[in-house]
Amino acid sequence: MMEQRLTDIATVFWRDWVVLKRRLAKFLLSRMVAPLLYLVAFGWGLGRSIPVEGGTYLDFIVPGILALNSMNISFNSITPVHAERVYHKSLEEYVSAPIWPDAFVLGKLLAALLRALLSSAIICALAFAFGARLSITPLFLLVLSMNCILFAEIGFIAAMKINTFEEMGQVNTYILLPMSFLCGTFFHTAALPSALRLIIDALPLTHTSYLLRALGTGTDASLASLVVLVLYAVFLYVLCVRTFRRLSE
Amino acid sequence: MKRFGHRGKDGKRSEKTAVAGISFSVKKGEIFGLLGPNGAGKTTTIRMMTLAARPTSGEIRYEGLSIREHAREVKELLGIVPQHINFDQDLTVGENMELHARLHHMGAAERRARIAKLLDYVELSDVVNDGVRRLSGGMKRRLLIVRALIHRPRILFLDEPTVALDPQVRRRIWDMVKDLATEGVTVFLTTHYIEEAEALCDRVAILAKGRLLDIDTPANLRAKTNLPTLEEVFLQMTEKKK
Repeated sequence: MMEQRLTDIATVFWRDWVVLKRRLAKFLLSRMVAPLLYLVAFGWGLGRSIPVEGGTYLDFIVPGILALNSMNISFNSITPVHAERVYHKSLEEYVSAPIWPDAFVLGKLLAALLRALLSSAIICALAFAFGARLSITPLFLLVLSMNCILFAEIGFIAAMKINTFEEMGQVNTYILLPMSFLCGTFFHTAALPSALRLIIDALPLTHTSYLLRALGTGTDASLASLVVLVLYAVFLYVLCVRTFRRLSE
Repeated sequence: MKRFGHRGKDGKRSEKTAVAGISFSVKKGEIFGLLGPNGAGKTTTIRMMTLAARPTSGEIRYEGLSIREHAREVKELLGIVPQHINFDQDLTVGENMELHARLHHMGAAERRARIAKLLDYVELSDVVNDGVRRLSGGMKRRLLIVRALIHRPRILFLDEPTVALDPQVRRRIWDMVKDLATEGVTVFLTTHYIEEAEALCDRVAILAKGRLLDIDTPANLRAKTNLPTLEEVFLQMTEKKK
């Protein structure tokens, strides 16, 4: 049973790998544009001379950029499932096949994780080229991966539940975009009004930003933030499997 | 039976029964036709039989296996050719075939040999590395059928397999279906072309408004109604139901 699950995960991942491999150069180049602009505008241009918490603003925003970029890439890597379900109907191949629903979800999440980690590697390389100081530890990579997984899960649920392209775009506009700017990515959340901070502190990207910044600068990371990310990831994973299973009911 | 929940414009929830009281069994190697006008419940019946929709009540069994308790085993038995083209648009012809083979747990050597043989059978070997978007309508239909055959299903569902195809391609598909039945594959066919059902099917079931009107061989149905063609039988039966 476990062997068949692993085979199913590998099959789902294989399909996405075939597509990514064909477009790898385009994918890598396109993923450099936004982080490069963030680094030039906010890090190099605006912030190299502004000291923040003992370092430069560039050091401060690189973990934030990594958090928001991995969120966007993992979410958008999995949303083609929406077109496969609604427009091309190619998802029917998986629904009618004798595969495990959790294996399908895991295969898709792993493919999204790969894309987001590739993109994150580009940002790290660019950040080092711009002179940023960042310590990349195994725990740092674990937090980054968890962020990718949980936003891929949100993308998966949206792709399964939403029926139009327009509404898919609205998830970006109303959920991801506000998080990109407010969840401790470009400035510390302490600067926000306390009522708004209550909401912001409940969002997963805030905890990723806190954790990546602490781990990247070698200061103490919050165990509570780690627990929040794990809880989000597990809860969303259960929802993902349930939504895929319900496709055939 | 299959009931659908529906929320109207007033926000109130209502239920509609799509099909009810349908019962039949099909023999191995039989070509079985499911006929009915639009809205008769053919698609719902096929969706339930192919595990794409769960019946509200009732039982469907394949070779003694219930679809409720043995869904995965039953899926191994079924090959499904949908009415619409549902290829993965980002993959080539060969990759679409390989994805299907992998999803049915076929080993590398077996799937390579099987894909080559099937593509050769439908004369698509030359386009194995082409994107599926580049294929003509007839090529796509042939590919849909052989993709469903990769894992050697024992029961094949064909939902309007020759819709919008020219007579030459339609004849080739008919020949393929007959070959499969000769090899022992049980074929379920839904079609709007009554002459197609008459040419291919050992027995047909006629549905209207979610109910089974009759089930028999085309010859017996003609004899019972004293009508010269299955098309006239079909029209008479479904007109009465209106």
